[in-house]
Amino acid sequence: MLRVENVTKTYQRREGAVRALDRVSLEVAEGEFVSIMGPSGCGKSTLLLTVGCLIRPSEGKVWLNGRSVYDLTHEEAAKLRLSTIGFVFQTFNLVPYLTALENVEMPLYLSGLSPTKQRERAEELLQKVGLADRLSHKPSELSVGQQQRVALARTLANEPRLILADEPTGNLDPALADEMLDHLAGLNQQGVTVAVVTHDPRIAGRARRQLRLAAGRIV
Amino acid sequence: MRERKSQLLTSFVAITLGITVIVAVRTMSHFSEKAVAQELDNLGANVLILPKGATVSNYYSADFGEYVMPESYVDDITTSGLKGVDNLSPKLTEAVSVSGQRVYLTGILPKNEFKSKPAWQTADGIFARPEGCGTVVPGSLAKALGGNAQGGSSTTASRQTVVQELGGAEAMVGSDVANRFGLKVGSTLPIKGESFTVKSVLPSTGTVDDTRVFAHLHTVQRLFHRDRVVNAVEMIGCCKEISKGLIDGLNRLLPEAKVVTIKQIAQTQLNTNTMMERFSLIFLVIILLVGAVSIANYMLANVYERRKEIGTLLALGATRRRVSHIFFLKSVLLGAVGGLAGYLIGTILAVGLGPRIAGVPVLPLPALAGWAVLLAVAVCVLASALPVFKAARLDPAEILREG
Repeated sequence: MLRVENVTKTYQRREGAVRALDRVSLEVAEGEFVSIMGPSGCGKSTLLLTVGCLIRPSEGKVWLNGRSVYDLTHEEAAKLRLSTIGFVFQTFNLVPYLTALENVEMPLYLSGLSPTKQRERAEELLQKVGLADRLSHKPSELSVGQQQRVALARTLANEPRLILADEPTGNLDPALADEMLDHLAGLNQQGVTVAVVTHDPRIAGRARRQLRLAAGRIV
Repeated sequence: MRERKSQLLTSFVAITLGITVIVAVRTMSHFSEKAVAQELDNLGANVLILPKGATVSNYYSADFGEYVMPESYVDDITTSGLKGVDNLSPKLTEAVSVSGQRVYLTGILPKNEFKSKPAWQTADGIFARPEGCGTVVPGSLAKALGGNAQGGSSTTASRQTVVQELGGAEAMVGSDVANRFGLKVGSTLPIKGESFTVKSVLPSTGTVDDTRVFAHLHTVQRLFHRDRVVNAVEMIGCCKEISKGLIDGLNRLLPEAKVVTIKQIAQTQLNTNTMMERFSLIFLVIILLVGAVSIANYMLANVYERRKEIGTLLALGATRRRVSHIFFLKSVLLGAVGGLAGYLIGTILAVGLGPRIAGVPVLPLPALAGWAVLLAVAVCVLASALPVFKAARLDPAEILREG
């Protein structure tokens, strides 16, 4: 499903060039659950965002379902993200003045669904993550765990085949972290490919395949 | 994306206030310009059409000698489609002897003559301003109409009265002539063997008109065997058109006549109108710029504050075009609602305060509603262009890494 081919990413900083990824190559088959571990600053997040069509590599190619994603136009890459990729962010990135329902409706709105269908689908997703009674609550009116579940519901809105999670449990207590990992494992069992970036060995242990990144290289 | 209510309200107030000021100023200045234009009209005719060989001296001395031109020039001008012709007063002036004294008899078409002689509005007789030319003087009108004013508008009735009542044997006399011969309304005045009844005594104007006797143009033409000719046509030309080619148009239309601009009057009218237009324009441009800068500033701040949301949207799969649409849609809605609200408030202010500030009665100008909305939308969209461009170009990866 996913092939990273000799990818190098260099950032130009005031202090000089910083190489975040150094000739990284990897392949992830459909339905895999992969964790990428490594210390802070080793390039984990850069790798995840590169795979997610958000950071253009300085060198190399990223293939998703047989398409070289950085040869696509901005519009095509956006469509690919919308239809195929789901992001799980450490800080959830919910819009603070939208309700839980409206937050989940966002990707559905971007897909061009009618307002009625957006609403039906968002209600169904929130029901699945146990928030049927919190539809009209704003993020500030929800607990951290509930916010994470709203974010998960939003990620799943367009039924992505690839979930990219960046420190998905970083802001959660152990119980909520387990709950989150259960959700990801459940999705993986349904055939969804999951790639998790973490520095927590316990989280990485839940994946079927573990990769280690150090100084921008897979070791 | 839904807006934070407080921010939305702030930007709405900004655009509404801008449009309110513009609409209020424009509405008041429209009516005040109209009032000024009317005052300027009172300066009288600003274009003279004379026979080819005649001079302005002939006109002011009322001594044209043999210089005449066809009366049909008036029809030619009227049907030519030339823009800016506000009023035409054909005249035929001849010197006559009354009781051994020389006076000038001027043939006029009264309904036309009236408009070019605003001072005569107070004449104790039959005049009222033609329709679309200011106010009717109620006292003189009522007196003039007597019991015949029923049916039709009062102005139309009075114009008919003017034409009908200045009959072939009637005359109006200037104040000097009235004094010299002891004439009053109803007196008889013998001219060239015919007897004229004085229909009215014109108020003193301090011009050559005070020494004239006015009769119907066609009567004067008959008396002097000057069939269908005149020796001057006074014209009130709209001052803007005078500078835009009205005079050239007249010259082309009437190659056998001499077209003379009374420069002082025309220039005063032109200068006043130009000054008012420029003043209004400068004022409007400043307000628009201030409004645009304020909206641009707000939108820039808004984009900066919403970086994370924009980044999330882009990560979720929004295209740059979609992000631009969202912000532009907001601008359009803001402009449309703000423009409409600004129009309503501005109109209420203008109607309420106009008479006190500008000293003229002010009425709503419905046509401004469309302009207000269009202007507000245009300002909002233009002012948002740079912030929207920045929003669409944000790097989602960079924003997401900020956490």
